Amino acid sequence: MSAFPTHLLSMDDLDADDIAEVLRVTDSFAEVGRRANPKVPTLRGRTVATLFFEDSTRTRMSFETAAKRMSADVLSFAAGSSSVKKGESLRDTIETIQAIGMDAVIIRHSSSGVPARVAEWVDSCAVINAGDGWHQHPTQALLDLYTVRQSFGGGQEGLDRFAGLRVTIVGDIRHSRVARSQISAYAALGAEVTLVAPATLLPPSLEGWPVASVSHDLDSVLATTDVISLLRLQAERGSGDYVPTMREYTMGYALTARRALQLPPEAVILHPGPMVRGVEIASEVAELPSARITDQVGNGVAVRMAVLFLLLGQGAREADLNE
Amino acid sequence: MSEGHAMGTMPELLIRGGTVIDRTGERRADVRVVDGTVVEVGKGLSASAGATELDAGGCAVTPGLVDLHTHLREPGREEAETVESGTRAAALGGFTAVVAMPNTDPPLDSAESVRNVFALAEGAMAQVAVAGAITVGRAGERLAPMAELAALGVRLFTDDGDGVQSAGLMLRALQYATGLGVTLGQHCEDRSLAAGGTMHEGAWSSRLGLPGMPSEAEEVMVARDIALSRATGGRVHFLHLSTAGSIDLVRRARAEGIPVTAEVAPHHFTLTDGCTSTYDPIFKVNPPLRTQSDVDAVKAALMDGTADAIATDHAPHSPELKDLPFDQAPPGMLGLETALALAITELDLTLERIVALLSWQPAVIAGLDPDHGGCQGGPIAPGAVANLCVIDPTATWTVDPKSMASRSRNTPYSGRTLTGRVRHTVLAGEPVVIDAEAQR
Repeated sequence: MSAFPTHLLSMDDLDADDIAEVLRVTDSFAEVGRRANPKVPTLRGRTVATLFFEDSTRTRMSFETAAKRMSADVLSFAAGSSSVKKGESLRDTIETIQAIGMDAVIIRHSSSGVPARVAEWVDSCAVINAGDGWHQHPTQALLDLYTVRQSFGGGQEGLDRFAGLRVTIVGDIRHSRVARSQISAYAALGAEVTLVAPATLLPPSLEGWPVASVSHDLDSVLATTDVISLLRLQAERGSGDYVPTMREYTMGYALTARRALQLPPEAVILHPGPMVRGVEIASEVAELPSARITDQVGNGVAVRMAVLFLLLGQGAREADLNE
Repeated sequence: MSEGHAMGTMPELLIRGGTVIDRTGERRADVRVVDGTVVEVGKGLSASAGATELDAGGCAVTPGLVDLHTHLREPGREEAETVESGTRAAALGGFTAVVAMPNTDPPLDSAESVRNVFALAEGAMAQVAVAGAITVGRAGERLAPMAELAALGVRLFTDDGDGVQSAGLMLRALQYATGLGVTLGQHCEDRSLAAGGTMHEGAWSSRLGLPGMPSEAEEVMVARDIALSRATGGRVHFLHLSTAGSIDLVRRARAEGIPVTAEVAPHHFTLTDGCTSTYDPIFKVNPPLRTQSDVDAVKAALMDGTADAIATDHAPHSPELKDLPFDQAPPGMLGLETALALAITELDLTLERIVALLSWQPAVIAGLDPDHGGCQGGPIAPGAVANLCVIDPTATWTVDPKSMASRSRNTPYSGRTLTGRVRHTVLAGEPVVIDAEAQR
């Protein structure tokens, strides 16, 4: 197997073997998470910075919990409280952080491409993209894969189910970093991805995207869907520019209780959160056993521990988890 | 204008051993310049005592290049460029005249601000002509005092940086311009289609998750202004056309006899939107880098004459601004010091055609040619003001941002090896560049 990449900037950085490795290592860390004392010394002496230029409670907490459970020192830079607000350039901020001495920088930014630029500027530090603009959010896609594999019983058997799996991604694909990561991730494992959205919420071009089909009619694809992933619709998109009204969007694209009944009984329902109940997904659907939304959040920590391990854990051995 | 300041004090200049290329053709000839004026063009001229000799062996001696589209940034953004640094870059690029764009701070929308730029340009290393704003503050709401500016010698008006969004206002501007004999330059960008866009909208923008500017944002305004030019008879000069569709519209309009002209920028015939895949804002420019088929169309426009001029859209920005995230960084690239070499390297055109596109054709559009009372664009003949460029068409060199004369470093060609180099530049008889070195 080829070496794991130096940075995790995009799902396109990972091939099927890399993804399988992440999921396999995630199993070990999920086990750690179930212990009474869910802490291992794997990254003792390592320093990890979270650099969030855009608000995010869930992803930030998830990454910081992951790093702390691995005994890393965690430094947390928030754009609002750091010198970024005082006009310091991004490059200066990164150089300062690097001078302090970081082993990994976890970045979220509202501008696409910032993690990729930072990866060019650093020389001895892993960069993890925690969501950049409309571009990518790779750990979200990895935790989706882990959750789906788990719902299929986990392990190699669960992984094998991705070949030919019919995955439907619904909603604002145009502006979604989650969708871009999911599409690459599912396709890498051999799934057939269908996109469902009004044309205004599709990217201007799908040239080169590993997508099996595109539909504007959710009802017509439900019966042939094994995994359905609903994307968040931001309120401003449903105010006339992209979709006339939120009500009209819900009529066409929300997973209502009636629509959920058209899914095959074993179908998995996912939402990256935060959910807007009643817009993308009906409240009662979110509570169905087939909806794995809470599992997604829980798996997030273990997946991010696995990513940190694979990027930083050179020298550390998985066996150390059993110390 | 620079031609007066040293007149009468300069030693004779003799440019020897080159091939003179101008609109009248090509011939082996030496050029003798006295007091800023060409006095003799012919074979085997010998230097008078005390004359400065410039070797032009293996080189073309052409009229000085004329850039229709230069952002000098002064006043307002002197950290990025000044009239002094920008005209030094121009001279090194073979230009003896540049048209300064009006999107300075304050903008060039009044007689006072235009006079200020002329004052800054006294003694500069290239003639600085000014493009005045079409509308007050380039805000697209009311006409700027075009007649007052025309009286100062302004021949080209544009709100460059923005297109005039209102078709009604553009119609009236064109009607007014016909009475003044001036040309309106349009930066074609329909804001309702392009707003928020940071690169060409297409396969790459979709993958990179960057908001796009569709080709149609340019093309709908090109089509609109062709219709307005047809209706009014007003001359429209299309700035930095970048799409195959725009080129096609202009080609048809010209066949119909509508008085429109067009320029294209070197980056639009050398780079594509794929360059932005690293998110490096050095490749961010407006209009954005387009697809390979657009690049091919821009080249075809230069081959078949649909494009009248290569214009640099020289747009300096400080390194701090170009280190911002892609969507926040300002658009623009340096152009003056690389334009000629890029044309020689990338275009399948004779040197005469390339110089036509960089010298006498833009000189006419800018109203700087002898027929309009100017002294740019040749021909090289006794009595002409000696604005000259000596080009070594086979020399190769490697682009190094650090060695550029511009105050900024935002060239996308760093490390590229190009063919064709400006050897000497003569501004009104003064050799301002000798052997690719600025003389002041």
